[in-house]
Amino acid sequence: MTHTSRLEHCFASLKQQNRPALVSYLTAGDPDAETTRRLLHGLPKAGVDIIELGMPFSDPMADGPAIQKAALRALNNGQTQAKTLEMVRRFREEDSTTPIVLMGYYNPIYCYGVERFLTDAAKAGVDGLIVVDLPPEHDEELCQPAAQHGIDFIRLATPTTDAKRLPKVLANASGFIYYVSVAGVTGGSAPTPERLESAVAGLREHTELPIAVGFGIRTAEQAATIGRFSDAVVVGSALVDCIENANTPDEAVERVHGLVGELAESVRACREVSEPQVY
Amino acid sequence: MNQPVDVSKSLPDANGLFGSFGGRFVAETLMPLILELQDEYTIAKNDPEFQRQLAYFQGDYVGRPSPLYFAERLTEHFGGASIYLKREELNHTGAHKINNCIGQVLLAKQMGKKRIIAETGAGMHGVATATVAARFGLPCVIYMGATDIERQQPNVFRMKLLGAEVIPVTSGTGTLKDAMNEALRDWVTNVDDTFYIIGTVAGPHPYPAMVRDFQAVIGHETRAQMLEKKGRLPDSLVACIGGGSNAMGLFHPFLDDLDVKMIGVEAGGKGVKSGLHAASLNGGTPGVLHGNRTYLLQNEDGQIIDAHSISAGLDYPGIGPEHAWLHEQGRVEYVSATDDEALEAFQVCCRQEGIIPALETAHALAEVGKRAPGLPREHLMVVNLSGRGDKDMMSVAHHLGEKFGVKQL
Repeated sequence: MTHTSRLEHCFASLKQQNRPALVSYLTAGDPDAETTRRLLHGLPKAGVDIIELGMPFSDPMADGPAIQKAALRALNNGQTQAKTLEMVRRFREEDSTTPIVLMGYYNPIYCYGVERFLTDAAKAGVDGLIVVDLPPEHDEELCQPAAQHGIDFIRLATPTTDAKRLPKVLANASGFIYYVSVAGVTGGSAPTPERLESAVAGLREHTELPIAVGFGIRTAEQAATIGRFSDAVVVGSALVDCIENANTPDEAVERVHGLVGELAESVRACREVSEPQVY
Repeated sequence: MNQPVDVSKSLPDANGLFGSFGGRFVAETLMPLILELQDEYTIAKNDPEFQRQLAYFQGDYVGRPSPLYFAERLTEHFGGASIYLKREELNHTGAHKINNCIGQVLLAKQMGKKRIIAETGAGMHGVATATVAARFGLPCVIYMGATDIERQQPNVFRMKLLGAEVIPVTSGTGTLKDAMNEALRDWVTNVDDTFYIIGTVAGPHPYPAMVRDFQAVIGHETRAQMLEKKGRLPDSLVACIGGGSNAMGLFHPFLDDLDVKMIGVEAGGKGVKSGLHAASLNGGTPGVLHGNRTYLLQNEDGQIIDAHSISAGLDYPGIGPEHAWLHEQGRVEYVSATDDEALEAFQVCCRQEGIIPALETAHALAEVGKRAPGLPREHLMVVNLSGRGDKDMMSVAHHLGEKFGVKQL
């Protein structure tokens, strides 16, 4: 296939710039559909390279309190799978380059219907999927069908993924590898950079795919430190907290884009610094 | 009816599937653990020393075998089938839950785990887990929905007396499903030293098969006891179903005996048509939650809906995957009983047999009341008396107190 995906294009371009990607996570429909639309449309300009958009689920068992509450806010305001796909479609009308990865749990996709979901997602302009509760043992459910629709299935590797298991995890992976920095839920404590760096180096021996690091990254300093040795840095709960702590939708948009700006600046400069930063 | 052959030995398959149900739908962080657990359980299953210890604790600590009791007065009362009660409520801690907890705690010890966690709804599994954790000297954390803590105070106190830390879960809707989410979050955060004792035949493989195997002692004993008493197998088995562990424990050893009819009774709440119920098979659709594919109460967008039942132990929006499969195969008939029917049967059992059953169990007894009168006395019907009702005094007083001159306990 000669077609270059948005994700491939994005990582190739960043490689030339010698900087990691900034990946932002927001839950679709948090706090409401219109605010999410405004948030999404401003993200690339604020400095986001790849957008992760959460599909809210009533029972997010891999998420900490911040994203749990975000999902509830979204669902209470009537967010659905169809509305999430519609958000992507409208975003694509204005932005044809920024990759969008949908993240969530399998059940809402399963109930929507896998084939129907993949067809609609591809049509809307979705580039990849991260589905927390689909390990490689269940690749026939969604990972392989997604490939048929040209949608990347982004695999999670974790501190518990040992050398014996890693080949299985990488086998059908595409897009990039998402390294979960700590054993735990989203929004937890930050990992030590030393352990992370060696874990990422270990992964690189087994895959050519770009490696993103996420879970527990909240500040510009952390993003810079981790961005020095990873291909992408994912920030989620810290952005979602901005929404929770805002009194109005305007304030939410301002706070999220403000934090993204700080993170982006830090990530863009991180490999120019020769002295290792301490956080 | 599509009759499976030799089902008891062949399922689940290597991927933990019962037909299309079951599986291992968990975060990657948990996968290595779950695979290790599967290996360790396979070893334990075939290890005579493990089996010897299990038998020892089942006997001297739990008090097994539990009697198979001919309920003469209940039989007379309904005027039909001969009713036998499998007295699981006489087990240590007052329910069938401990059969499984003893097995899993022995496995935890074998795996060198240092900490036990569990979820609980009515609190019976929490109490049984706290009990075995105390017995084996392991620290224990129980996740329990804030709503359930309110309605099951005596069990909360029991768990605390046994040394467990009871953590109220307020996320989501503060019930059993949320407690299970929170236990999974704890597990994924403490993967190295923690053993998660799941209380029912659900969750990722190998839990549904493992919990079933530990609970199958109920069915194996029933079989031997009925053969001894009557020289033949029972004609029908009745059990209540939330997640489905007491029913699976009774049913499984009889699955290949095609003449033995099996009836699982779900919690019908205010009625399956009202939408306020916990009947996943009668009122749900297939989906994926808590590590397995099974029937769930959910909306058309795949969001889980709260279950409703007078009994906290049945108040779960899913059901074990093997039940989902047996339902589709038609091997087991799944019906439901409403809150009111359960309360009525609860009182009949108290007055006719001098046994105060758990509200969960009362759902099975309600089905007996519908079914037994139309059957001849030669029909041998076994009901799993899965738990005793002491824990339900507050709930029952709330509904019936006035009738007995009791305002609130």
